[in-house]
Amino acid sequence: MTNVSVTKEDVVTSDELVVLKSVNKHFGALHVLQDIDLTIARGEVVVVIGPSGSGKSTLCRTINRLETIDSGTIAIDGKPLPQEGKQLARLRADVGMVFQSFNLFAHKTVLENVMLGQLKVRKADRKQAEEKARALLDRVGVGTQADKYPAQLSGGQQQRVAIARALAMGPKVMLFDEPTSALDPEMINEVLEVMQQLAREGMTMVVVTHEMGFARSAANRVVFMADGRIVEEAAPDQFFSNPRSDRAKDFLSKILHH
Amino acid sequence: MFDFLDKYDVLGAFWTTVQLTLLSAAGSLVWGTLLAAMRVGPVPLMRGFGTAYVNIVRNIPLTVIILFSSLGLNQNLGISLGANDFDTINFRLAVLGLIVYTSAFVCEAIRAGINTVPVGQAEAARAIGLSFPQVLGLVVLPQALRAAVGPLTNALIALTKNTTVAAAIGVAEAAFLMKKMIENEAELLAISAVIAFGFVCLTLPTGLILGWVGKKVAVKR
Repeated sequence: MTNVSVTKEDVVTSDELVVLKSVNKHFGALHVLQDIDLTIARGEVVVVIGPSGSGKSTLCRTINRLETIDSGTIAIDGKPLPQEGKQLARLRADVGMVFQSFNLFAHKTVLENVMLGQLKVRKADRKQAEEKARALLDRVGVGTQADKYPAQLSGGQQQRVAIARALAMGPKVMLFDEPTSALDPEMINEVLEVMQQLAREGMTMVVVTHEMGFARSAANRVVFMADGRIVEEAAPDQFFSNPRSDRAKDFLSKILHH
Repeated sequence: MFDFLDKYDVLGAFWTTVQLTLLSAAGSLVWGTLLAAMRVGPVPLMRGFGTAYVNIVRNIPLTVIILFSSLGLNQNLGISLGANDFDTINFRLAVLGLIVYTSAFVCEAIRAGINTVPVGQAEAARAIGLSFPQVLGLVVLPQALRAAVGPLTNALIALTKNTTVAAAIGVAEAAFLMKKMIENEAELLAISAVIAFGFVCLTLPTGLILGWVGKKVAVKR
């Protein structure tokens, strides 16, 4: 696990940014999300953990409607998620997403990856877009790789570019879907450090991860999921030292002591 | 042995073949790409149309399509595609028929190319707020077309040889000239050899050059 530490400032605002209400989703016979209620406040960092197949990635992907839901409502900044179309595209631009497998555009350079959304969605001026892209790439520590193609970068570098690409849109909230699960162990920290920095700067974040160290140090709240349900929600200290549910105790006993 | 060739405009006939090929190739690339976009798009009506088009058109013999453009479109319905003389009308009808036919294969080659692009690419494109046409045009198709260079080369070579069917409606291309020479000359082997050599001269470099291009533009993952 990571040793990166962070000083957490208390989140003062209680403004609700992402609200999920009794969300249900099935994959065929499998009930992957069961009556999910979750509210994420502006500036809050929520870490979602749980065993494989518990629905945590699906939950993350429903927030920008990469997965549709069967019932319930999801609202971002007070607006319910629209149907597929122009309005949904506009909303997605405000929700940054970082994937497990990076998904950088393979036919474009690193710089072009970070510029594309600014140019085509935000209709930004090319020069300004490039300046912003270079600044963001410097910020995540891959400024020198700007003219390379994604395949020429290491996994950790690619994931940091992916974070820069999402940040370039000026998102209200960032979703991280297991951002370090496809990385070599020695590259995990460089990505987590960028995420820690983002959390410190007050970005609203939903992070699905297996990195308990990150959950401990950066999260305001830990959401534990199992079998499609939110089993437990608590502050990280409380959750890791004194989990209430048996399911969480069982999960933690398997991952923390070896 | 090849003296009889002086009486015929072999180069002119092959030039017509090249024109038929290039115009039809350009047209079917455009129409085939649109068809592929329809087949992967979110609108059920368009998906249905694309699927029906491909499955009907690619199963009809090209001769039937070419003959229909001449007999059906021109002689029955009076469509002349803006031309006045017989030769130009037939040339344009042949190009139309070849586009209609070849685009079904181009569509499937591009769709195969689209299948090589990981789903995550489109998801990432949607996640930054690109619309469906932008996702397709800026992210998926550029990668799909690079992967489709090989299959598209096959379609282009097939198209080059398929232009010979245009002889059926009197377009004066290479196969039309061959028929004329066979009627008038005795050197049948030499005639076949000349025509075959001409086509190899057209298609062999196409395959080699596009093979190189395909490697050059391949997307590294």
